[in-house]
Amino acid sequence: MADASIIPTATKPAVDVLPRRPNPVLQFIRTQPLGFAGFIVILAYVISALGARWIAPFDPEAIDFTAMLGAPDGEHILGTDQFGRDVFSRIVYGARTALAVGILSSLFGCSLGALIGAASGYWGGMIDTVIQRFVDVMLSFPIIVLAMVVVAVLGKWPVFGVDMNLVAAISLPIIPKMARIARSSTLSIVQMPFIDAARAAGFGDARIIMRHILPNIIAPYLIMTTAFIAQAILLEASLSFLGLGVTEPTPAWGLMLSGASADFYRTAPWMILFPGLAITLAVFAFNMFGDSLRDWLDPKMRG
Amino acid sequence: MITFLLRRLVLLIPTLIGVAIVTFFLIRVMPGDPVVVKLRADGAAVTQETIDAERKRLGLDKPISAQFVDYMVGLSRGDLGNSLWTGQPVLKEIAIRFPVSLQVAIMATIIALLISIPLGILSAVYRDTWIDYVVRILAVSGLAIPSFWLGMLMIMALLAWKNWLPPIGYVSFFQDPIANLQVTIMPALSVGYRYAAISTRMMRSALLEVLREDYIRTARAKGLFQSLVVRRHALRNALLPVVTVVGLEFAFLIGGLVVTEQVFNLNGIGKLFVDATTRGDFNLIQGLVLLIAVIFILVNLMVDLLYGVLDPRIRVS
Repeated sequence: MADASIIPTATKPAVDVLPRRPNPVLQFIRTQPLGFAGFIVILAYVISALGARWIAPFDPEAIDFTAMLGAPDGEHILGTDQFGRDVFSRIVYGARTALAVGILSSLFGCSLGALIGAASGYWGGMIDTVIQRFVDVMLSFPIIVLAMVVVAVLGKWPVFGVDMNLVAAISLPIIPKMARIARSSTLSIVQMPFIDAARAAGFGDARIIMRHILPNIIAPYLIMTTAFIAQAILLEASLSFLGLGVTEPTPAWGLMLSGASADFYRTAPWMILFPGLAITLAVFAFNMFGDSLRDWLDPKMRG
Repeated sequence: MITFLLRRLVLLIPTLIGVAIVTFFLIRVMPGDPVVVKLRADGAAVTQETIDAERKRLGLDKPISAQFVDYMVGLSRGDLGNSLWTGQPVLKEIAIRFPVSLQVAIMATIIALLISIPLGILSAVYRDTWIDYVVRILAVSGLAIPSFWLGMLMIMALLAWKNWLPPIGYVSFFQDPIANLQVTIMPALSVGYRYAAISTRMMRSALLEVLREDYIRTARAKGLFQSLVVRRHALRNALLPVVTVVGLEFAFLIGGLVVTEQVFNLNGIGKLFVDATTRGDFNLIQGLVLLIAVIFILVNLMVDLLYGVLDPRIRVS
């Protein structure tokens, strides 16, 4: 009966009978509940980053020696650190640092990587070989080692309170990974007739890459960008923990765990427990959301 | 086999020269002046004369091209130069700290394999049951927990329950195995857990792939027990990608060690690297980067050899 009703007749316009296109957002929620949960958590982090001034009950940098190492209570819900600063407020403000550095470096690294990968796959030949050898060398270093060398080389360059050189250091290890993926997608796109058509129409290489290839690798680009935000947040926390990333008194989760706080395992466990939880939950949420996005946008990439 | 090994070892040389050249120039661009940092830390009054004298002593007054030639000549003789900070040969600085890191890395790998292979098999065989879900949640959270925080949590738990802290001094395993394990087991666990998470996911997906193959259906049709099918027929083929991941990640373990050694106060390669970076000790950074490159290449070589053991088809070709 469904077959018959699809054929449009004069009395019934086809629009009414065709199955309605499912709302993509509702579909995502229904098929990817874990990813949606991840999205909610991410949203909570974004809200606390943007509205930190109104959410945080205390100034995150205000030192109060009368309230040093206070246990969690009604006033300081997650306790205070060795300078009497409110741990909850520092975590809320820390979301700013983590998200700003995480999102910026992932965007930057993935964009540059996608461009390099697309160019490498499009031109092929000598250019491709040189780029791929370079990518191989970059991939053979542990990401934190690469980032540490860059941090040491570049020093600091704060723009609106975000250290751009830290962003550069964290995005550097992302570039070769994204380039790999973009290259393999490009290789299959270059075979397609519409690229030949574009060439035949006399378009330049730059225009073909920008207008015809890059729009077609947008799915892997989005997926990888989300996934790398998680890695970037983790890397920022590690670098700050080592004293090579964000520096005092800026609130950052990794920094809250570093240095002096190790002396307080016994006296102030909340100083270690909560910032670590904040990192773990953020990374977990971005991982979950990224995985679901991958399954939803591009089932072929499921591995 | 021997020729294969030799050829791979010879190929090591150009790669290492490339790494040495890149790090040499990358690091010389550093804006911080290690001489000034060092003199300030020594507490001396820093005048231009003392800086110049120290530079001359360390050979940093020469033009970069001359420094480069010196370095490459030294490198060809196996001399990595001296640490700018302590004045000791870089090779010696690294050699003192290498055993701890190597031991922790190997232990972490063993722990990861012991955890991930059984869990991955369980998860794949009991796909979409509660066992699978529990394993997958453990794996995903393993990727999310920073290893340094896990280490801190372990220290905290030990303090709370046993009122005990791991000793700091490192003793060789062959001198005193118990004291040695007391120092190394916790860092190995906190690095290994993350490592296990990655390889569990790999084990699961590899085994799921293999279990869909025709020859597995044939084995089942013959009436073999499920356990036998998995153990004899599926596992061996599924192990190949897992070995690749474990091999690749071994070099990245060094990255995990950088942070974990800081938590447990282990005097290993990772801590040395952090110190070298904060002090701008470029000779030392360079030596360490070279070391990591060597490890990566050697581990890859071992993985290639292991392929042959696991899969006779690769051995032939």
